[in-house]
Amino acid sequence: MEFFTLHDFMTYSKGITYLIMGGILVFMPLYWLYLTERDDD
Amino acid sequence: MDISRRKFLGCMAAAALGTTTGATGLAHAASGKEFTGYPDSFGVLHDSTRCIGCRKCEQACNQVNNLDPPDKPFDDLSVLDDRRRTDETVYTVVNKFADNVFAKIQCNHCQEPACASACFVKALYKDKTGAVVYDESLCVGCRYCMVACPFNIPAFTYFDPLTPKITKCTMCLPLIQEGKLPGCVDICPKEALTFGRRADLIKMARQRIAKNPGQYVDHIYGEHEMGGTAWLYLSGIPFNEIGMREDLGTTSAPELTAGPLAAVPIVVGLWPVFLTGVWAINKRKEKIAEQEQAAAVQAAEEQAAQEKTKALEALQQKLTKEKETAIAAEVKKALDEAEEKARQAAAPDDTTTDTDTAADTLPDDSGKQEE
Amino acid sequence: MSQETPIARKQYFTPFNVITGVILVIGLVLTVLRFTKGIGAVTNLDNNNPWGLWIGFDLLCGVALAAGGYMTSSACYIFGLKKYHSAVRPAILTAFLGYALVVFALHYDVGRPWRLPYPIFWSQGTSSLLFEVGLCVFLYLTVLFIEWTPAAFEWLGFKKIRGVVVRLTLVLTIFGVVLSTLHQSSLGALFMIAPSKLHPLWYSGYLHVYFFISSMFAGLSMVIFEGTLAHRWLHHKMDDTHLAESDGVVLGFGRAASFIMMGYVGIKIIGMAVDNEWHYLTTGWGAWFLVELVGFVLLPAILFSMGAREKNLTFIRVAAVWAVLGIVLNRLNVSLIAFNWHLPAADRYVPSIMEVGTTIFIVTLGVVVYRFIALKMPILHEHPDYKEAH
Repeated sequence: MEFFTLHDFMTYSKGITYLIMGGILVFMPLYWLYLTERDDD
Repeated sequence: MDISRRKFLGCMAAAALGTTTGATGLAHAASGKEFTGYPDSFGVLHDSTRCIGCRKCEQACNQVNNLDPPDKPFDDLSVLDDRRRTDETVYTVVNKFADNVFAKIQCNHCQEPACASACFVKALYKDKTGAVVYDESLCVGCRYCMVACPFNIPAFTYFDPLTPKITKCTMCLPLIQEGKLPGCVDICPKEALTFGRRADLIKMARQRIAKNPGQYVDHIYGEHEMGGTAWLYLSGIPFNEIGMREDLGTTSAPELTAGPLAAVPIVVGLWPVFLTGVWAINKRKEKIAEQEQAAAVQAAEEQAAQEKTKALEALQQKLTKEKETAIAAEVKKALDEAEEKARQAAAPDDTTTDTDTAADTLPDDSGKQEE
Repeated sequence: MSQETPIARKQYFTPFNVITGVILVIGLVLTVLRFTKGIGAVTNLDNNNPWGLWIGFDLLCGVALAAGGYMTSSACYIFGLKKYHSAVRPAILTAFLGYALVVFALHYDVGRPWRLPYPIFWSQGTSSLLFEVGLCVFLYLTVLFIEWTPAAFEWLGFKKIRGVVVRLTLVLTIFGVVLSTLHQSSLGALFMIAPSKLHPLWYSGYLHVYFFISSMFAGLSMVIFEGTLAHRWLHHKMDDTHLAESDGVVLGFGRAASFIMMGYVGIKIIGMAVDNEWHYLTTGWGAWFLVELVGFVLLPAILFSMGAREKNLTFIRVAAVWAVLGIVLNRLNVSLIAFNWHLPAADRYVPSIMEVGTTIFIVTLGVVVYRFIALKMPILHEHPDYKEAH
C-alpha cells in the first residue's frame, strides 16, 4: 500500500493500531485468568 | 514581462526539472519515512505584486459556488477598507494593505492538512488533485478543524439550527476534474493567479524572484509553511505585512500530534500489565498478612493451652505432694494414736475401732481434691 | 389533613427547589432557542473562535473534575487502600453523572448531535485526537455505568445480576484507569495541533501529560469537595462506616493531592525549561501564567500539606475548592483565554449570557439527578443486605 501524505499513512496505521488495542484489552484479562487458574484461592 | 514569456518559463521549468523532484514540504512518520504529497498535484501561485484588488476573483468564486449575493456589489471597492476573512458566505477574500498592496486569502489546501488531521470522521481529506475536500454527509459539526487550521480559513454556518456545515474553498475541484481552471484563476485580469502543478509553480516562483532582483521577498510562502501548501505566495513586502503569519513553522499538523497519538497504544499495552501487577502484589500482601494473623492466633492459642496444662500439672503435683504429706501425717497420727492406745493398753478399753475409722476416711478426701 | 397540606407545600417550595426550578425552565427555553435558531443565536462563537464556554467548561472542566471516579476506585481496588471503600460509590456516581452531562452538553455544542456516534461506528478519523477522546469517553461512560449499576440493583433487589457485576469490579477498574489516562491526556493534546494559536507558556509538547496529571488532583479535590457538600445536605443518608471513614478519606486524599500538585508544578517548570520560555514570564501573559501556577496550584498544594500535617480538615476542604478553581482556570486558559491570544481584542471571545445560562442549567441538572440517586439508592450508605459483600 502506497501513501502520499503522512495524514493518510497515519489514518491507516492508527486504524490498525486501534484494532490491536481492542484485541489487547480483551486478551489480557483472559490470559490473566488462564495464568492464575490453578491457584488455590 | 509579457504573458507568453511567463508561460514559456513555466513550461521550461516543468520540462527541465520534472514534476516530482521539486522542493516540496516533507512530512515524516516516526520511522523516518517521508511523504512528499501526491505527485503531479495542483496548486495556485498568487503573486501579490500583480494583484490590483479588483475583487473579480471574489465575484467568480461567488458564482461558481452558487453563494448568496453580497450586500454590497463586487465592484464596490470600499469593502476593501475593512480587514476581512472567509466566512460561510465568502470562500475567498482580497484584503488591502499599506501602499495599495493586495493579498487574496482562501483555503491554502495544505499538503498535510491540519483540518483533515483533526477531523474525527474523515469529513475532510486531501484529494489527489491537491484539493482539500469537505464531505458534508459525514460532518458532525464539532468545529475542531477550525481550531486546527493555522490560517483561520474554515467557516461554520452558525445560524443553521439542525444542519450546519463547514464552508471553505474547494479549489473548484469539479472544474479541475473537467480540465478547467478554478473560477478565481480563470477570471484574474492581471495573471496574479497561476494554476499548475505545484512543483512547477515552485520553480516558476523561484525564477520570478531570480529574474526580478529587488521586486520580491526571497521567500515562497507556502513552500514549507506547516508542511507546505498547494497555494503559494510571492510578495514584494514582508509577508506579515500582508496579513500572513511568518511564525507558523514548517512542522505539519500530523507531526504535531504524532507524539500523543503514539502514547495511546502504549498506555493500552502497558497499563493493564502494570495495574494488574500492583493489584496482584497487594492481594498477595493481604493474603500473607491474613496467613500471618491466623498463624499468630494459632500460636497464641497453643501457648495458652500449654500454659494451662503446665499449671494443671503443677497443681496436680502440688496436690499429690499435699496428699502424700497428709497421708504421712495421718499415718503418723494413726501410728501415734496406736502407740498411745498401746500405751493405754494397760487400760481396759478397745482401741482398734478408732484406727480403722481413720484409715477409711483418707482415700475419700484425696479423691475430692484431685477433681 | 388540614395540617398536612401546608407542610407538604413547605417541603415542595424550598429555596433549593424554587431556584432549581427557575434554572431548569430557563434551560429549557435556551434549549428550544439552540435547536430552532442555531448555535449562533445563543452563543458568541464565531469563525475565529469556534470553541467557547461549552467546550472550555462543560467538556474540559467536566471531564477533569469527574476524574474522582477512576482515582478513588483505583486507590481502593487496585492499590489496596480499602479504607477508602465508602468513598468509591459516591465518586463513581459523580463521575458517571459528570460524563453523562459532558455528553449531554456536547449535544448543544456540535452542529449535528445525532451524528455523534459517527466517529465510532461509521467513519473513523483515526488520525485525530478528538477521535481518541470520543472513543474513550464513549467506552468510559459505559464502564462507569456498569460500575454504578450494583447500587441500582441493590435498590431494586436484583441480587444475581448484582453479583455478576461485582465480580467484574477489578477488570472494570483497570479499564477505567486505562480509558481515563487516555482521554484525560488527549483532551490536552487536542490543542497540540495549533501551536500558532495557543500562547507558548501553555502550549507544550507535554500538554497531554499536564492534562492527565492535573486530572488526578482535580479528581481527588472534587471527591473532598463533594464529600463536604454531601455532609452538609445528605448527612442523614450516611451510615456509620461512611461517617467513620470520611475523615480518613479527606486526610488521605488531601495529602495525595498535595504531593501530585507539587509534582505537577515540577513538570510545568520542566516544560518551560525545555522550550526556553523564561522570558515570557516578565510579560502580562507571564503574570497570568504565574497566577495560575502559583496562585492556584502551588498555594492550594501548600494549604493541603498544612491540613494533612496538622490533621485540619477545614484547611483541606478549603484547599480542595481552591484546587478545583485552579483546574477550571487552567482548562479555560488553554481552551479560551490563552487560545487565540494573538487576535486583536475586538476578535476575542467572551461567552454570551445564554451560553453561561446553558452551562448553569446543565450543572444544575447534574446536582438534581445526583440528589435524587443519593437519596433513593445505597450510595452514601451500604445496603443492609450486602454489608459483608465486598
